[in-house]
Amino acid sequence: MAAVTMRLPVPRKPAVVRAPQGPEKHLVAPGDTITTDTGYMRGHGTYVEGDKLIASVAGVVERVNKLICVRALNTRYNGEVGDVVVGRITEVQQKRWKVETYSRLDSVLLLSSINLPGGELRRRSIEDELAMRDCLQEGDLISAEVQSIFTDGALSLHTRSLKYGKLSQGVLIQVSPSLVKRQKTHFHDLPCGASVILGNNGYIWIYPTSEQRDEETGGFVTNLEPVSMSDREVISRVRNCIVALVTHKLMLFDTSILYCYEASLPHQIKDILKPEVMEQIVLETQHRLLDLEG
Amino acid sequence: MAAVVLSEPEKLYIVHGVQEDLRVDGRGCEDYRCAEVETDVVSNTSGSARVKLENTDILVGVKAEMGTPKIEKPDEGYLEFCVDCSANATPEFEGRGGEELGAEIASAFYTVFSSENSIDLKSLCINPREHCWVLYVDVLLLVCGGNLYDAISIAVKAALFNTRIPKVRVLEDEEGSKEIELSDDPYDCIRLNMENVPLIVTLSKIGYRHVVDATLEEEACSLASLLVSVTSKGALTSIKKMGRGSLDPESIFEMMETGKKVGKALHVALQKVLDEEESLGTSRQKVGFLG
Repeated sequence: MAAVTMRLPVPRKPAVVRAPQGPEKHLVAPGDTITTDTGYMRGHGTYVEGDKLIASVAGVVERVNKLICVRALNTRYNGEVGDVVVGRITEVQQKRWKVETYSRLDSVLLLSSINLPGGELRRRSIEDELAMRDCLQEGDLISAEVQSIFTDGALSLHTRSLKYGKLSQGVLIQVSPSLVKRQKTHFHDLPCGASVILGNNGYIWIYPTSEQRDEETGGFVTNLEPVSMSDREVISRVRNCIVALVTHKLMLFDTSILYCYEASLPHQIKDILKPEVMEQIVLETQHRLLDLEG
Repeated sequence: MAAVVLSEPEKLYIVHGVQEDLRVDGRGCEDYRCAEVETDVVSNTSGSARVKLENTDILVGVKAEMGTPKIEKPDEGYLEFCVDCSANATPEFEGRGGEELGAEIASAFYTVFSSENSIDLKSLCINPREHCWVLYVDVLLLVCGGNLYDAISIAVKAALFNTRIPKVRVLEDEEGSKEIELSDDPYDCIRLNMENVPLIVTLSKIGYRHVVDATLEEEACSLASLLVSVTSKGALTSIKKMGRGSLDPESIFEMMETGKKVGKALHVALQKVLDEEESLGTSRQKVGFLG
């Protein structure tokens, strides 16, 4: 029953034609001339050579009055206040945790910006500081919101809501932050039986949907019961679908994941990652998304 | 090596999944990830191959050079392994960071190929005690995505399959001085007998079961793993335990059996791809690194 598949590599095909969504975006590659008009100021991702303003990264041109910037597509996460992120604790320090969120600098989670276990509301004492590792230790995954941005660009996070906190059993996938679509909510209970957190920083967490939210624990107690086989199958399928979407550079949001999941149902879970199957289900998803837009 | 840190619940999820024979990416315990093999990717080598095992990316080049045989084996050529860990794979490999891992992998390959049957070294001899072919096998780790040893062994076998050594003749004049003559035809070359070249199968013990082709996350959950090298006929040529955990003897036998079974399947799959590539010949569009 050992399955081994080997193949010759296939040359990459040119990108599938996609219908433009909304106004045409001004996309540039490094070295492309953005404008020859000297009346503009150069911003991030651009440089001036002679009279020409040239892009130094691949991305989308953005103009604010006279300032022209290029927002890179292949980039680390640039946080914004209010973003939902998924991150991993890398260090426990005094009064703060360091959190890896795929941004340029490690983010900070202050002891004062978490809900204490049990939901107590009080000033943080020295005892709380000593018991920090009981709440979160190195390697733990958390979901959080960006509270503010420090002057050096590092993010300050908070988990002062019951929807945020320590993550329990599930699967993490890391994708490019540019592929996560900004939406009203980034917590989704998919109708197929799994839940996903689409972190704005490109970390995606898939976990079994739980019926009751344990409100009294404050989100620091993890459930160590084995996950049922049916949940596991759904989670693995969703994971492979997300990998397929990301390989073909499709935006991730609840509808695209759901459509991809439905398109993948005729195939076995492990077959989704085969290039030809992947292409087929992604194409099907794409068509359904285009139909949806009208 | 590129170590992944996982939280306890994440590890638990992986371990439970392995016990139920459903891994995170939907594979069973004995399934390999989809591998891509391409040979003849570097033009200035005698043989080369690139293997991609999902994320893991390996490039192997084989260079044949003339050398003198070792004193203890005057009528045989020999193989030299060198593993270079590119800082491209992980920043830890920068500078001398990758040397330790490289040396470890190279020594594992010396053991794997130490068996006399694995490769016919006598065919590499040109002139006993004086000249022989030395095959320098250079491995470059481009991306580490788990299961390095298996991927490298596949790449090494593919590169050796692709290796073409020019034919030479030894001419001797009356005074007894010898001269080596190279054939004029560049296509006049010898190929190695690949029948007994082994492939490595790494079996990682996770919980009470073992899996093949572990991803980085799974490797983080496994305390001990067993490296077995298997020939296409299913014979074990070497065995090595890795990791700091312990294995009980019973499970070692189980792992060896699985290793044999999976190894045979691996050989069949690899041979199929290599034959397919060869049958396409020059008509095949080369993909390389830019395709």
